[in-house]
Amino acid sequence: MTMRPSTKEFSIVAPATAEHAHPTTATYLAIAVVLTVITVVEVGVFYVPAFQAVLAPVLVTLSAAKFALVVMFYMHLKTDHKLFTLIFTAPLLVAVAVVIALLFLFGVLALG
Amino acid sequence: MATTATPHAPDVAAPTGFWSWITTTDHKRIGILYGATALVFFIVGGFEALLIRLQLGSAENTLIGAEAFNQLFTMHGTTMVFLAIMPLSAAFFNYIIPLQIGARDVAFPRLNAFSYWLFVLGGLFMNVSFVAGPLFGAHAISVAPDGGWFGYANLTSTQYSPGPNIDFWVLGLQILGIASLAAGFNFITTIINMRAPGMKLMRMPAFTWMAFVTQFIIVTAFPVITVALVFLTFDRTFGTTFYSVAAGGDVLLWQHLFWLFGHPEVYILILPAMGIVSDVLPVFSRKPLFGYAVVVYSGLLIGVMGWGVWAHHMFQVGLGPIADSVFSATTMLIAVPTGVKIFNWIATMWGGQLRFTSAMLFAIGFIGMFIIGGLSGVMHASPPADLQQTDTYFVVAHFHYVLVGGGIMGLFAGIYYWFPKMFGRLLSEPLGKLHFVLMFIGVNLAHFPMHFSGLLGMPRRVYTYSADLGVTGFNRVSTIGTMIIALAVAVFVINVLRSLRRGEIASKNPWGSPKLEWAISSPPPVYNFSVIPTVRSRLPLWVTDGVSEIPDVPPVPVHVPGGSMWPILTASGVIVIAVAALAKSPLIAIGGALAVAVCIFAWAFEPFEV
Amino acid sequence: MSHAAGAHYTSTGLDNRKVAFWTFIGSECLLFGSLIATYLVYEGRSVSGPTTHEILNIPLTSISTFDLLMSSLCMVLALAAVQRGDRVWARAWLGMTALLGTVFLGFQAYEFNAFVDEGLGLTTNLFGSTFFTLTGFHGGHVAVGVIWLVTLLIRSFQGKLEPDRALNVEIAGLYWHFVDVVWIVIFTVVYLIQTTPIEAAI
Repeated sequence: MTMRPSTKEFSIVAPATAEHAHPTTATYLAIAVVLTVITVVEVGVFYVPAFQAVLAPVLVTLSAAKFALVVMFYMHLKTDHKLFTLIFTAPLLVAVAVVIALLFLFGVLALG
Repeated sequence: MATTATPHAPDVAAPTGFWSWITTTDHKRIGILYGATALVFFIVGGFEALLIRLQLGSAENTLIGAEAFNQLFTMHGTTMVFLAIMPLSAAFFNYIIPLQIGARDVAFPRLNAFSYWLFVLGGLFMNVSFVAGPLFGAHAISVAPDGGWFGYANLTSTQYSPGPNIDFWVLGLQILGIASLAAGFNFITTIINMRAPGMKLMRMPAFTWMAFVTQFIIVTAFPVITVALVFLTFDRTFGTTFYSVAAGGDVLLWQHLFWLFGHPEVYILILPAMGIVSDVLPVFSRKPLFGYAVVVYSGLLIGVMGWGVWAHHMFQVGLGPIADSVFSATTMLIAVPTGVKIFNWIATMWGGQLRFTSAMLFAIGFIGMFIIGGLSGVMHASPPADLQQTDTYFVVAHFHYVLVGGGIMGLFAGIYYWFPKMFGRLLSEPLGKLHFVLMFIGVNLAHFPMHFSGLLGMPRRVYTYSADLGVTGFNRVSTIGTMIIALAVAVFVINVLRSLRRGEIASKNPWGSPKLEWAISSPPPVYNFSVIPTVRSRLPLWVTDGVSEIPDVPPVPVHVPGGSMWPILTASGVIVIAVAALAKSPLIAIGGALAVAVCIFAWAFEPFEV
Repeated sequence: MSHAAGAHYTSTGLDNRKVAFWTFIGSECLLFGSLIATYLVYEGRSVSGPTTHEILNIPLTSISTFDLLMSSLCMVLALAAVQRGDRVWARAWLGMTALLGTVFLGFQAYEFNAFVDEGLGLTTNLFGSTFFTLTGFHGGHVAVGVIWLVTLLIRSFQGKLEPDRALNVEIAGLYWHFVDVVWIVIFTVVYLIQTTPIEAAI
C-alpha cells in the first residue's frame, strides 16, 4: 500500500536544507551601520530641545525600526520559515497590548 | 472478552525497577507519575476543603480558628489549581499527545522529566510549610501560606505577613511556574513538529488541539506572574517598594499582574477538560464531533480573547467607568466561543447511539455543570451586578461549578476513558457509575446553596459567620455535599486500586474509538508505534484506510532513548535555591545555583539520542 | 540538521530546538514586557530620592548601547563563520561577541555603582526598585549569554563546532540578539524617554 504524503505540510528531508539563503556579510555590515546611525539620531533627538514635544513618538518609532532590523535580519526572521514569525509575533503583540493597556489603566496614557 | 495475553510485544521491554522510574524520560511513565502525584495532591486539597466545610457547617463554629482557616483556604485553592488540576491535565498531555499525533515521544524527553520532578518537589516544598513552623520559631507548627491563592498586596507584605508563610507560597509558585513553562515549550514543539505523515493540524484530535492552545496560554501568561512574584519577593526580602503605597507604589499593580496571569490560567484549567469531553462524546455517541473546525477555532479564540478580560476580577477596586465597561464587554464576548462548544457537544450526541459508560456520564455531567457555572460567570460580567456578587459565596459557587463540575469531571471522564490504554485494564463500570452519581450529587449539593448564601451576603474567606445572617442552612447542606464528594473520591480510589490488579483486560480499542492512540496495544509498547504510521483521516480508525498498517512487532529495531539522572538532579538544585531563599542564606543560594549550572552542563553534554 | 545520518523526521522540516527556542523568546517578551510596563507606570511617582533626570548618564549608556549593537553584528558574523567551517574567524567573532558582552556588563556595573554612590539604591524609591530590577534582569540575561558564548568558544577550540553543529551557534545567536533587542527597548524607554505622565490625544 503506497501513500504519497502531501509535501505541503511537512518534509522528510534533513531540515537544514529547507531554509532559505541567509543574508550576506555585506548586508550584515550595512544593517550595523544603519543601527548605529539610528542610535546616533536617537541620542541627538534627545539633546535637541525643539524635539521635546514629539520625543516619545519619534523615539518609539526609531527604536521600533532598530528592533525590526535586528529581528528580521540578524535573527533571520525575514528569510526563515513563516512559522517562526508567527511564534514570535503573537506573544510580542500580546506583550505590547498588555503594556499599552496598563499604561491606560494607570493613567500614564489618557484619551484626549 | 478477558484474555491472558500480556499486551507488550516481546522485542523491546520497558525497564523495571525504582531507579528506572527516577531516571525515566518516557512520556508514558512521566504521564503516570504526573497522574498519580496529582491525585495524591487532589486528596490533600480535598481534605483541606473538608476541614473548611466542617468549620463552616455551623454558625459561629469553633472547630478551626481564623489563622488555621486562612491557611486552609489558601492551600486548598493553591493545591487544587497548581498541584491537582494542572498536573492531572499534564498527565494526559504527557501520555496521550504523542500517541494521538503518531510520535514516539515528546520533543525533549529529559526536559519533560525535569518538569515533572520540579512539580513534585515544588509541591512538597509548599506543603512542608504545614509542619515547618518550629524551624522558624513560629508559635504554631504550621506556617502554611495564608494570604489566599491570589495573594493580594499588601496583605502579603512583611508588615502584615511577617512569617515565612507567604515566602513558601511565592517560592513554591515560582518553582511550579518553571515546570509549567518548560513543559509548554516541550509540547508546543512536539505538536508543531512531530506529527506523523498525514497528521495535518486539522486532523489532530480535539484534545490535542485544546492542549496545544493551553500550552500557548501557559508560555505567555506564566512570565507575568513570575514578574509579579519577583516584585513581591524583592519587597519582602530586600525592601523594595513595588507594592508600597507609602513610597508611591500601587497595590493594584499586584492585582493587575496577578490577574493578567490569573484569568488566562482559568482557561489553562478548563481547556484540557473541554478537549477530553470533545474526544469522549463522539466515541460514546458513535458519531464524529459535530463542527470539529468550530470547536478548534473557538478554542483558539478563547486562548486569544482570554487575554482581554482580566480586570473583571477587579470591578470593585474603582477602575472607572471606561475600564469597567471595556472589560465588561470583553467578558461577555468571551462567553460566545465558550458557549459555542456546548452546542457542538450537544449536536454531537443528538441522533447518536449513546452508550452511558462512566466516561460518557462524566463528560455529559461536565456539560450540564459547566453551563451552570458559565451562567453565573456571565452574571459577574456586569460590573453593577458584580459589586454585589464579588467577594461573596456567589463567586465561590461560580468557580466551583466550572472547575469541579466542569474541570474535575472532565478529567475524570479522561481517566475512565484512557485508563485502559495506560494500564491495559478497564476500570470497573459499576464502581465508576457509583462514583459519578455520588460526585454529581455531592458537587451540586455542596455548591448550589452557595449561590444563595452568597447573594444573602455571606463573604468569602471568613472562618465563621453569625447565625443571624440566615445562611446556616445553606452552609450545612454544602458541608454534607462535601462529605458526599469525599465518598465519591473514596469510591474512585478503590476502583483504581482494584482495577490495577484485577480489572478486565483491555484490548487495543475497547471503546471503539476512532483515534490513533487506540490503534496500538493497551498499554502501548515502549516505542509506541512499531512504524510511524501514515494518517489519512481525522478519524483514522473509523474510516477505511484511515491509517496505514501498524505491525505488532517493529520490522527494524527501534531506538528507545535511555534514562537520565540530570532532570531530577537539576530540579533538586532548583529546590536548594528555594530553600536558601527561605533560610535567607546567600551561601546556600550560590551553592544551589552552582549545582544547577553544573547539572545543566552535564545534561547538555550527555550523549542522549532521541 | 546537526546529526549526520538518522536525521529525524519532522512535520515542518525545521529543527525541534529552533522551534522551541523561538517559543521561549516569545515567552520572554511577556517577561520583559511586564517589567517594562511596571517601570513605565511607576515613572515619576517616587516620593523621594533621585529621579531619572538627575541621575541617568546618557552619553555613557549610548556607548554601552552601541557596544551591544556591535556585539550582535559579531554574533551574526560568528554564525556565518561556523556555517562555512571557518574555524579561525568563528573563534574570533565568538570571542569578540563575548568580549563586547562583558564590556556591556562592565558599563552596567560601573553605572550601578555610580548610582548607589549618588544615593540611588534598589530600595531607595520606586525609581530605584523598578530601574535596578528591570536592568538587573536584563544584565542577568547578558551574563548567561556570555557564559553560553564562552562555552561555544571552548567547544570550538575542542574541534566540536563544525558546520554540522551550526544550529547550536544559531540558537545562541537568537538568544543574544533578543537580549540586544530588549536593550534597544530599555534604552529608549528608560533612558531617552524620561517623562512624567504624557497625554496622548487619540
